[in-house]
Amino acid sequence: MDLDHLRVMLATDCGSTTSKARFFRKIGNEYRFVASGEAPTTVEAPYEDVTMGVRNAVREVEELTGHKILAPGGIISPSRSENEGVDLYVTTSSAGGGLQMVCTGVARAMTAESAERAALGAGAIVMDVVSSDEQRSSFDKIKKMRAQRPDMILFAGGTDGGSVQHVMGIGELIKMARPQHRLGAQFKLPVVYAGNRLLRDRIKQFLGEDFALSVVDNIRPTLDTEVVGPSRDAIHELFMEHVMSHAPGYDKLMKWTDVSIMPTPAGEGIMFQTIAKMYQANVIGVGLGGATTNIYSIFDGKFVRSVSANLGMSYSISNVLKQTGIGNITRWLPFESDENVIINKLRNKMIRPTTIPQTLEDLVIEHAVAREALRMGFIHHKSIARPLSGFAKGAQLDFGSVWGEEESYIDMMKIGWLGGTGGLLSHAPRRAQSALILLDGFQVEGIVNLIQDSVFMMPHLGVLSTVHPKAAMEIFEKDCMVRLGTCLAFRGNGQGKVASLRINMPDGRTLDEEVESGTIKRIPLGVGEKADIEINPTRRFDIGSGGGHRFSAKAEGGEVGIIIDARGRPLTLPENASDRRKKLIEWYGALEAYPKGLQWG
Amino acid sequence: MAQAYTPGLKRKKLYLVKKRRILPIPGKVLVKKGEKVTPTTIVATTMVPGDIQMMPMASMLDIDISTDTADAGGMGLEYQKSMIDKCMLKKEGEEVRANEIIARKKHVLSIFRKECRCPVNGKIEFISYTTGQLAIRERPKEQNLNAHIPGIVADVIPEQGVVIETPATYIQGIFGISGERHGELTVLSKSPEEILTADRIGSECTGKILVGGSLVQGDALKRAAEVGAKGIIVGGIECKDLRDFLGYEIGVAITGNEETALTLIITEGYGKMRMSQKTFELLEESDGKLACIDGTTHIRAGVIRPEIIIPRDDLEKYADSQDKEYLSGGIGPGAIVRIIREPYFGYIARVVSLPPELQTLETESKARVLEAELEDGRLVVVPRANVEMIEE
Repeated sequence: MDLDHLRVMLATDCGSTTSKARFFRKIGNEYRFVASGEAPTTVEAPYEDVTMGVRNAVREVEELTGHKILAPGGIISPSRSENEGVDLYVTTSSAGGGLQMVCTGVARAMTAESAERAALGAGAIVMDVVSSDEQRSSFDKIKKMRAQRPDMILFAGGTDGGSVQHVMGIGELIKMARPQHRLGAQFKLPVVYAGNRLLRDRIKQFLGEDFALSVVDNIRPTLDTEVVGPSRDAIHELFMEHVMSHAPGYDKLMKWTDVSIMPTPAGEGIMFQTIAKMYQANVIGVGLGGATTNIYSIFDGKFVRSVSANLGMSYSISNVLKQTGIGNITRWLPFESDENVIINKLRNKMIRPTTIPQTLEDLVIEHAVAREALRMGFIHHKSIARPLSGFAKGAQLDFGSVWGEEESYIDMMKIGWLGGTGGLLSHAPRRAQSALILLDGFQVEGIVNLIQDSVFMMPHLGVLSTVHPKAAMEIFEKDCMVRLGTCLAFRGNGQGKVASLRINMPDGRTLDEEVESGTIKRIPLGVGEKADIEINPTRRFDIGSGGGHRFSAKAEGGEVGIIIDARGRPLTLPENASDRRKKLIEWYGALEAYPKGLQWG
Repeated sequence: MAQAYTPGLKRKKLYLVKKRRILPIPGKVLVKKGEKVTPTTIVATTMVPGDIQMMPMASMLDIDISTDTADAGGMGLEYQKSMIDKCMLKKEGEEVRANEIIARKKHVLSIFRKECRCPVNGKIEFISYTTGQLAIRERPKEQNLNAHIPGIVADVIPEQGVVIETPATYIQGIFGISGERHGELTVLSKSPEEILTADRIGSECTGKILVGGSLVQGDALKRAAEVGAKGIIVGGIECKDLRDFLGYEIGVAITGNEETALTLIITEGYGKMRMSQKTFELLEESDGKLACIDGTTHIRAGVIRPEIIIPRDDLEKYADSQDKEYLSGGIGPGAIVRIIREPYFGYIARVVSLPPELQTLETESKARVLEAELEDGRLVVVPRANVEMIEE
């Protein structure tokens, strides 16, 4: 493909509720985002044709720009003039529940966990993880697998030359369960075999007739190696061939697009990996959606994605409440509240998920839920982002005893960038609100750059980057990535002084700050501006070089600026409700997160 | 003219309901096109494959199959196969009965022997020579599909099911619990505001579908279940009462399979919510008639809302195809909407205008809004996302 001739581009994302079109074009020498359009997704009855929603979203772009894109049979491509057609059309999709998978392995903490990581990394929702060393009976495993009707199974198990009996045992479970394809009994269910290499022929013989079987390199050839690439590629290929192509309207959509349709989270993941590469830093990113919370980490070069399938801000909002408890939500509210009223409000949001807060009180309640969704999603993420279990224990390992005792390798002090995307974060009326939600949800430490997606286009740019990396990067930097600023978050707790700061501002001023415990402060520093900071923490507080040790850093500006977060890590809110509300009002006020003059407290 | 697309709930006095009744897996349709059916008529039937039981036969008989290396694919596997075959009394595909001895191993120098008894009635589906497991498929179970509503079989979908047509009063709720039930509709509340309390429910409610006003109290729900009422239709419910009734908390709104004694349909939302006047009136005028209800709710793409179908073969004129209407959604000036979020939650309003420009809300968000006149005459501005159409 001649990239220089790609001047006008269209990308869509077919979400579970909304199809979102983003329109890009080359202006002068650079690629820019021009307009967006959105419409309800139409993959389910009564429409049962995903292209109807795509056309409606694209039509909105046409109305806004005057650029003709739609032809009766699809998308006009290549472009015919300055105002007609596009040179490239790409799309991501999570409609109809996205890619839903079951993963297997011999040991839960080893091959099964590797399979889970590979499936998540490929953009899947993992419905169940089946292993030989768990307590469930074969009957229960089979029953669940049949009832769940996954889109695909990733069958891992055994190192190369290792277990035979257990791997074949899992094969037997799969064969006996024979889950039906979600889109109809006439289709064979895809299975990716990524287990013991020496059993490939037997697995082919055993499962080949009943399933659409794909055999790839072992995901865990040895205990100390994890190879997820071949499994991930096979998942993507089978997703297109056996899942997408049978979903309503996707046969048409696949003909319209210039490259394969990509699962939405895979697109999102590409962009967070791009940030890590671009800035040579450890990154945590989050896609906080209506149904799920996807968290991505790139730590010391290792990419991990987790998806908390039932933590979200609309469809799944009641599940956040159920998992965290009402007390953990109301603790973030700066006003007195009746718990039953809040519970009813959240349940009403669940049954009418497309509504938006009209009152400030409702907005603050949703922001409180968002903090908890991120906090719990991150706990889940860390349970996946951990070192390979088992290899240190050697050959005599008894897999029944290694139920994931390893801690996550993510060291919050070493995170350089924290970014967010998804409706709630992108549409927060003030950027300070999303900055605070990210800080409270993840409780980063040290010096961290905060960013967010401007209008939800990271998945679009992710898939675009597979064709035209330069265009995707230019648009990402100029129109997608909103810099919120830099946060200085001190690890430690205690009363009194936390640190002395000297900030050399870009206009030549020098600011000296004495930072007190339990406070948060904002210092305006605009987008593109930089400031040098010298930090002298007291003995009980650490900003990156150990408690009481001096640290120098460069802070990048943003729409919020520099945030000095001395509220303590771990962040503990006052036990007494009245003190807590007072503190929240103080913190929210310090960042000017919400409009002034509200009668809170 | 400005328009907005906002999904709404149906509540129609006269409507030609076309109900698809489809088997979970292919089977046999038992009725013909044009045939008259009642709610209990079996319209289709199928055999659902039985569950699989795995038996660790080799370990039960002390057959050594522990060679856990890839070499077991060669000689080891042949040896295991001959050992297992020697012990098996039944072959793959053979029918077996519960407690029947299906494999036996005799000790060479002993009169003792080990036996393997079948745990269930079924068929040997598979014998694994690698793992030494037996898979026994239980006998298939018959699953019948009833008509759920009375009417005429309008269409037969071979091997899958039927479409049943009936003119009816049709109301969608916002959220429900448990599945299909039918019974006589009994309106217990005098007004849409009234709270349904336990003292209103007696033995005369057995087998009935009860209609309340703005709220059903926890005790009333319990009492209705105790007396054997089939269902409750009401404006709202407190979350804690629903949790107590179910015994657990609902996380995501995908319901229908709850094994509760009755079906519950909420028409407005959580909390004390005055039932909309029109819904209440439709139910009130159907007092004493047969109602077929289903609490199944799926709130994802392809929303399924709970439904109340009150067959009305006493009426002749009804609305046209439901699909056509479903696809034609749109709100314009003059449309009647329900506001579904604070600060005007629950109000019915008439749309006055749909300004094209984004407007700033109290939250400082910019959103597409509409101007509407409430029933009390107040003129308010609300986000378009916070209203739903009322289809009448």
